[in-house]
Amino acid sequence: MIRYTIARLGQAVLVLFGISVITFLLTYLVPADPARMIAGHSATAETVARIRAELGLDQPLPVQYGRYLWNLLHGDLGRSYAQRVAVTELLLSRLPATFQLMVAGIFAEVLLGIPAGILAALGRGRWPDRLGMVLAFSGVSAPQFAVGLLLLYVFGYQWPILPLGGYGTWRHVILPALTLGIAGAGWYARVMRSAMVEVLNQHYIRTATAKGLAPSKVVLKHALRNSILPVVSMVGLDIGVFMGGVVVVESVFAWPGIGQLAWQAIQILDIPVIMGVVMLTASFIVVGNLLADLVYPLLDPRIKYS
Amino acid sequence: MSGDVAIAGAGQETGKHRVLARFLRNRPGVAALVVVLAVVFTAVFAPYLAPYNPDEQFFDGLTLEGMPLPPSQRFPLGTDLLGRDLLSRLIYGARVSLVIGVVANGAALAIGVVLGTAAGYIRGRVGQVIMRFTDLMMAFPALILAIALAAILRPSMWIVALVIALVNWVWIARVVYSQVLSLAEQEFVTAAVALGASRGRVFFRHLIPHLVPTIIVWGTLGIASSVLLEASLSFLGVGVQPPTPSWGGIINESQSYFLDAPWLVAFPGAAILVTSLAFNLLGDGLRDALEPDRTGDV
Repeated sequence: MIRYTIARLGQAVLVLFGISVITFLLTYLVPADPARMIAGHSATAETVARIRAELGLDQPLPVQYGRYLWNLLHGDLGRSYAQRVAVTELLLSRLPATFQLMVAGIFAEVLLGIPAGILAALGRGRWPDRLGMVLAFSGVSAPQFAVGLLLLYVFGYQWPILPLGGYGTWRHVILPALTLGIAGAGWYARVMRSAMVEVLNQHYIRTATAKGLAPSKVVLKHALRNSILPVVSMVGLDIGVFMGGVVVVESVFAWPGIGQLAWQAIQILDIPVIMGVVMLTASFIVVGNLLADLVYPLLDPRIKYS
Repeated sequence: MSGDVAIAGAGQETGKHRVLARFLRNRPGVAALVVVLAVVFTAVFAPYLAPYNPDEQFFDGLTLEGMPLPPSQRFPLGTDLLGRDLLSRLIYGARVSLVIGVVANGAALAIGVVLGTAAGYIRGRVGQVIMRFTDLMMAFPALILAIALAAILRPSMWIVALVIALVNWVWIARVVYSQVLSLAEQEFVTAAVALGASRGRVFFRHLIPHLVPTIIVWGTLGIASSVLLEASLSFLGVGVQPPTPSWGGIINESQSYFLDAPWLVAFPGAAILVTSLAFNLLGDGLRDALEPDRTGDV
């Protein structure tokens, strides 16, 4: 286990390194000249050249990357072109809002998805199963921006019990979390269903039923405990898809998080901010996957990695 | 169930019939097929089906205050902010969605299958490098990457399709890779090698045919996610550009008015949902029909 953990950690570091290379190269696709963007349209060619030299943009590519990586390792992601603030500072100021949304959103996914998956598994092959799975697919197939806007229309306007977007109280978080939850719950329901179906066919479930245990106890105590594992690891693996949804949802609900920051930065091609967001979210994903892999054997001692 | 698999190769004809019979028993799958055909029909015959020109701004298409009109007899789904007929725009929008969905997913499928089979069959250094690269791509937040790429590359329909393909091929490569790995271990491959078949012959005659079900299933499921991704990009304004009608773009244009004109969000949203759902359910039905031994996985 220790050797596995070390190997897995090393792999995660390598992936992050690869991501930093690709992110760095991506910025070279940008047609605009960063020095010109910082200097502004009215700046002279000399000023632009001076800024270019200051930023090291006149150096060869590997040198530029080396400098970028060195700064990155020191927690320095550069400065925003538009806001003249350190990118790290911008990211940190946005992190709490996104984190709050993530926790609430994953909670909503699990809360909607797991009961649906259990019900589908219990009625497998019959209408609860069919209905559950069509609903699960509908959640996955629904465009989040439309779902978010329609939720706002219904619960913020027609029947105004919740605020029309914004950030602050727990009431602000309900609709964005629900929007994320509706989209993700479908995957959880499907994973939960298949794990549950597998467990329900086991002998110990038959034994539990045969000894006269109440069906609710069989399901909640025996079956659920043994089938929840894939769902737990899914939380870790889900983060990548989830972060994509966060951008859309933050845009719809005017949620001041990382996604909104990314969106604003992309519109004005504020490259250091874009790179920072990509690095940060990619790190989320890498850490999420890592945790999923490392926690799994702790939860299920039958699994041994070599 | 495993008996099914063992004799599947014995009689191709009965195999096909069985697949068809299994598919027809899956009611959501059949319903999804009907919807998919209807969407394709709508896209192909858009000029004949649309009641109006999608770009025409009607003089009577706005209220006196300049607000869009709700659904009425003249405009069945109402009008948009410029007084254009929403139904006609949605019908033409089906073209954009389908073309991008099919092109993007076709490209993703091509990249994914080539790299996945290469990594799984050649293995060694090449395989290692390819699979490490897909690991890397999987750690990227797909939508953020797509938005950044689309914004940088100046959006057009083909760029949007390209961006979606660049983001989506990874999953296909993964699935194909693991399939090729397990197929290469099977007895019929060993037998073919023992009979003196060349690597190329084993690959094209014995491995590729077994990948066809996977390709069909992912070819269908992938269209669903491509349609959704295109809609998200267009909603964020980095997808298909106006005045070309796209479902996500219509919602983007109407975003600031949606409280007064919710139909401008509801109808395009429903169009995206129905199309994406249909492709998902169809893909799922095909998977159950083509790979009956794989039950209930995601």
